[in-house]
Amino acid sequence: MNPAQLERVLMDAQEMSRALSRISHEIIERNKGSQDVALVGIRTGGVYLAQRLAARIQQIEEREIPLGELDITLYRDDLSIRKDQPEIRRTSIPFNISDLKIVLVDDVLFTGRTIRAALDGLMDLGRPAEIQLAVLVDRGHRQLPIRANYVGKSIPTAREEDVQVFFEELGQIDRVSIITGNTG
Amino acid sequence: MGLKGKDLLTITDLSVEEIELILTTAESLKEVGGRDIKKVPALRGKTVVNLFFEPSTRTRTSFELAAKRLSADVINFSPSTSSVVKGETLIDTARNIEAMQADIIVLRHSSPGAAEHLARFVQSSVINAGDGWHEHPTQALLDLYTIKERKGKVEGLTIVIVGDVAHSRVARSNIAVLTKLGAEVRVVAPPTMLPLFVERLGARVFYRFEDALIGADAIMMLRLQRERLGRALPPSMREYAKLFCLTSERLKLAKPEAIVMHPGPLNRGIEISPAVADSPAAVILDQVTNGVSVRMALMYLLSGAA
Repeated sequence: MNPAQLERVLMDAQEMSRALSRISHEIIERNKGSQDVALVGIRTGGVYLAQRLAARIQQIEEREIPLGELDITLYRDDLSIRKDQPEIRRTSIPFNISDLKIVLVDDVLFTGRTIRAALDGLMDLGRPAEIQLAVLVDRGHRQLPIRANYVGKSIPTAREEDVQVFFEELGQIDRVSIITGNTG
Repeated sequence: MGLKGKDLLTITDLSVEEIELILTTAESLKEVGGRDIKKVPALRGKTVVNLFFEPSTRTRTSFELAAKRLSADVINFSPSTSSVVKGETLIDTARNIEAMQADIIVLRHSSPGAAEHLARFVQSSVINAGDGWHEHPTQALLDLYTIKERKGKVEGLTIVIVGDVAHSRVARSNIAVLTKLGAEVRVVAPPTMLPLFVERLGARVFYRFEDALIGADAIMMLRLQRERLGRALPPSMREYAKLFCLTSERLKLAKPEAIVMHPGPLNRGIEISPAVADSPAAVILDQVTNGVSVRMALMYLLSGAA
């Protein structure tokens, strides 16, 4: 982070942890257990969250939950208008998603375009019985008719504000923040 | 992020960072080929034209498959079916193709420098799919990818290129990129098949196959290009095979885990024995599979710069 920027913390590590514990229970409740449930994290933030959710669900249910990683770059709707091509990272879903209840996991739900791309990406890999959406933060400003089934926290934001999630896995202190100030 | 140029004309134009970017992108894209539905929408609405002035089935098919897996539309032009036989120049043909809004032109031509020449006249991205004896950069990239996949690295490896180096664009591109990435490249062939000043390309020259093989990590066999020969042809095919065919006995001289590569098509019994071609050391079919991923990566990366 640039030192000229201001950071306002919206969720600290403890709040993040509690939100993930609640979402784990909600996933189990909604699906009446964890039978046929699989988690797919959207790269990169969603992957860490999916790993943490899977660990919690496994602890509660005492069984393994299939876990995958989805890169949505090839499904973005702005590829033909961007000058520079975004980096493609690996999609790794080591199980057949057909007939499973897939919980897509992302860190921040904003315009909904990422989720649209993720839905298309998943559908190309098989025919899931159901797709549900879990996000840590819903910051509003949807541009597509998309809604999350599980939300860590809904946070009203201004369109131009920058919401960032920091992860222990990346050597940071777990938190969700709004970053303001000159982003130069 | 991205490639600096709009085209891929020679392997030497690419920086080490750009090569790494192409290879990591290819690695991510390889997963698409393993799916039930082998198609992603990244290049939807883009048009790729395969302009092949020399016969080629596998390279053209590989480019075609790569473009189709990215959802681009593909058109194949070959001189026997086009107006070239009516006397049209390369540039006029290409301008016509461009007027049809082609985003990428893949060119195979018998004249060295044809791709570079073409790229100056058109806005579309040009990919050199082989220009005479000059370069074949996508083959070098897929060879590199295959070596990295098997060996985990390129730096410090000993790689032997065997056969008609003088008439091989594959060899020229490979020597350039492998030495750039820190491999020791050896070339071995009858003297008539080695270009003058080949050591200036950075390769060590050998004339006895057995000497070159000692300590090799990878052996790249070149196809004996019977259709191109005439002047450099060895006295007889049998003599060439006797001295330069990669047999199981010769392969034992290389490191135990050495890999055997070949750009295809194989002349079984001439430059490679059937036993070696079908052995676990051979990664020839991996090269074909990886070729599609590498070409997908290139088209994806170039389509942003256009």
